[in-house]
Amino acid sequence: MDADLKMSVKQLNFFYDKFKALENISLDFYAGHVTALIGPSGCGKSTFLRCLNRMNDLIPKSRVEGKILLDNEDIYDCAVNVATLRSRIGMVFQKPNPFPKTIFENVAYGLRVNGIKDKTLIADRVTESLNQAALWDEVKDRIYDSALELSGGQQQRLCIARALAIKPEVILMDEPASALDPIATQKIEELIHQLKKMFTIIIVTHNMQQAARVSDITAFFYMGKLIETDKTDTLFTRPKLKQTEDYITGRFG
Amino acid sequence: MAINRQFKERWMRRFFFVIASTSIFILLLIMIFLFAEGLPIFKKVSLTDFIFGKYWYPTSEPPEFGIFPLIAASISVTVLSAVISIPLGVMTAIYLAEIAAFKVREIVKPMVELLAAIPSVVIGFFGMVIVSPFLQDMFDVATGLNLFNAALMLGFMSVPTICSISEDAVSSVPRAMKEASFALGATHFETIFKVVLPASLSGITTSIILGMSRAIGETMVVLMVAGGAAMIPLSIFDPVRPMPASIAAEMAEAPFRGDHYYALFATGVVLFCFTLMFNIIADHIAYKYKQTGDSTL
Amino acid sequence: MTKTDVKKPITEQLALPHIKYRKFKQTIFFALFRFAALINGTALAIILFFLLKNGYKAINWTFLTQPPIDSMTKGGILPCIVGTLYLSLGAIAISLPIGIASAIYLNEYAGSGRVLRIIRLGINNLAGVPSVVFGLFGLAFFVIYLKMGVSILAGALTLGLLSLPVIIGATEEALKTVPETYREASLGLGATKLQTIFRVVLPCAMPGILTGAILGISRAAGETAPIMFTAAVFFTPDLPSSIFDEIMALPYHIYVLSTAGTEIEATRPLQYGTSLVLIVLVFGMNLAAILLRARLRKRMHI
Repeated sequence: MDADLKMSVKQLNFFYDKFKALENISLDFYAGHVTALIGPSGCGKSTFLRCLNRMNDLIPKSRVEGKILLDNEDIYDCAVNVATLRSRIGMVFQKPNPFPKTIFENVAYGLRVNGIKDKTLIADRVTESLNQAALWDEVKDRIYDSALELSGGQQQRLCIARALAIKPEVILMDEPASALDPIATQKIEELIHQLKKMFTIIIVTHNMQQAARVSDITAFFYMGKLIETDKTDTLFTRPKLKQTEDYITGRFG
Repeated sequence: MAINRQFKERWMRRFFFVIASTSIFILLLIMIFLFAEGLPIFKKVSLTDFIFGKYWYPTSEPPEFGIFPLIAASISVTVLSAVISIPLGVMTAIYLAEIAAFKVREIVKPMVELLAAIPSVVIGFFGMVIVSPFLQDMFDVATGLNLFNAALMLGFMSVPTICSISEDAVSSVPRAMKEASFALGATHFETIFKVVLPASLSGITTSIILGMSRAIGETMVVLMVAGGAAMIPLSIFDPVRPMPASIAAEMAEAPFRGDHYYALFATGVVLFCFTLMFNIIADHIAYKYKQTGDSTL
Repeated sequence: MTKTDVKKPITEQLALPHIKYRKFKQTIFFALFRFAALINGTALAIILFFLLKNGYKAINWTFLTQPPIDSMTKGGILPCIVGTLYLSLGAIAISLPIGIASAIYLNEYAGSGRVLRIIRLGINNLAGVPSVVFGLFGLAFFVIYLKMGVSILAGALTLGLLSLPVIIGATEEALKTVPETYREASLGLGATKLQTIFRVVLPCAMPGILTGAILGISRAAGETAPIMFTAAVFFTPDLPSSIFDEIMALPYHIYVLSTAGTEIEATRPLQYGTSLVLIVLVFGMNLAAILLRARLRKRMHI
């Protein structure tokens, strides 16, 4: 693969108390590519995703072994500040989770907490991000209305805009369309296509068709282990391992 | 048999409904009897003179029934106690809900509950024999039994109310909302201040109003430590006589169904109206601005 | 659309990476929050310390088992202990059945709607009625109107009404923790709603209800203002023989000794001792409730 290496996970283990949730995972992510993480529920793909922006730090009694490099720096190094790290790695969650604030304030939130006070700059960034998230045309007349009045699909795109506003380098998406209807899902998928030119995108999905549609590279997880990873075309048409083939042909999971 | 069963079910439902309505019934009964025993005073004094009259000399000849000093005392004691209890209660609630480790919380929470469980007469006693001499020495004031002492005791008595309701509100902010904030690079403190607190504002407001309602109605503490002078306070170290203290202290010596007796019941009506107002406002806020997420308020 | 370099994070391009300042602010505020919690703990500790320090000497067998003598300057507090027990048990005997039945209606029967909202408003307001107003009501209604006189019965009824909201709240809380599947399972087997409530829901909720009952007793035991005009008297040497007798009670005894006794300074040790007995009684019940609830919670988590 000839793209820039953005993130690199090396021999990662993750424990919830004594339970080993992830075992010896090594995986690379490339700039300008969408990487999909697939696997049956409980296989550790979401846990893995949450390791990438240290969201798992919030879980008491959890423990990480191994390295995760972002631009060749270990994000678990003690010199790294978690807040700064998370402003470089954006995240979109399974269910839309807008703040109970206006649409504008939702998008501006990340900018404000990161210390940006310039009002025109904030307004510009909000417009730009809403545009990037393909939401601007639908909400431009009511950006001071509560975000909770938007439909589910709109809320999710708002959450994407919110993540984009602080210009992260990597965007993590945790089953971003699982709570949405097919039309809203399609919009999100189109959006991912647009965004991958600018960001490194890592998406968790339980929907294999979706993985096939949106991603360039697919990684298959099972029981806390990374079973196989390859270019999406290859993985779905000519999987190397029997286990992968069983899963993608729907024999279990 | 099936019909019989159904019949029984319906009647049990009605039975439970009647019982559940007891609370309202009692509330109405309280109002009726307070008014019945309190209203006769207005044959002697007008409502305005009663509420805004500056002199409370119920036993002199002729007696004066102006409860304005008592109202002023109740309000000033309550406001001053809120200055103590609001920051303390809300900050403790945030600490418990957001910051404290599980084991620390398991110890601190029962402690707050025990603080709530101390009988008010014991707190009054403590304020009288320990805090009062201390204040007298420290601030060099005429008496340690004064507005400040009462407010201090009441403050600590309303902390548990504010703390426990606020804590419920804070901890029912959905986790997803907090995660969204973390994921955007906000620190924990920023998340608390910009997401968690705004989202739980209605619950916190409710807790504060209920805390103040508890303070204004509290009797034994103000009876024992407020000093008992029916004057409009000019300094926080002045002795005062809030409404509950007046009622509790004088009822025993007021001649049955004399003017003094009626005046005390009328004071009870005023006090009741204050707390009723507080509680209705609190209820309204909790209901109207229902929190998003699984709030139980 | 503004064009900015997308390769670099916006924090580096546009604002100073003032993360150290943000961390500092967090440290300061968190210390403040911790301090607030500490103050509460300290307040509790100080109160307990002074009561224990000054009160333990007064407590001995005579103190707990004898009536007061020499116009309450010597002797014990037995009538007060007995009186408080009678009053609080009487109160709970009244409020527990009404409270449980109310909570059953609110949680099991009532849908949501105007009636329910009014009932809840009534309960919340009842909980907010000042204790001295309960005292006035007890005087006007039970003592005078119903001609009970100053008696255990009038006091227990007043205290019962006062602790009713506590019982309703705790019972509802307990009913809510009973999983919906239990009810469905029971109804699915052909049981009526009533049978479901009495055979499945209530037994499951019983420990929680018990916790509420204990808290209700402890609340009633510590109240002074409601019994001042309805049940308690300065002094009666004999233990009560009927529910229409007047009695002494711990909280009222503390108040009387410390404000209106014949020798306030000389009876300090008695005042401390009585306070200590009351606190031990109340805290004992609260601790029991807390422990019961903690065990309950542990069981629910499995």
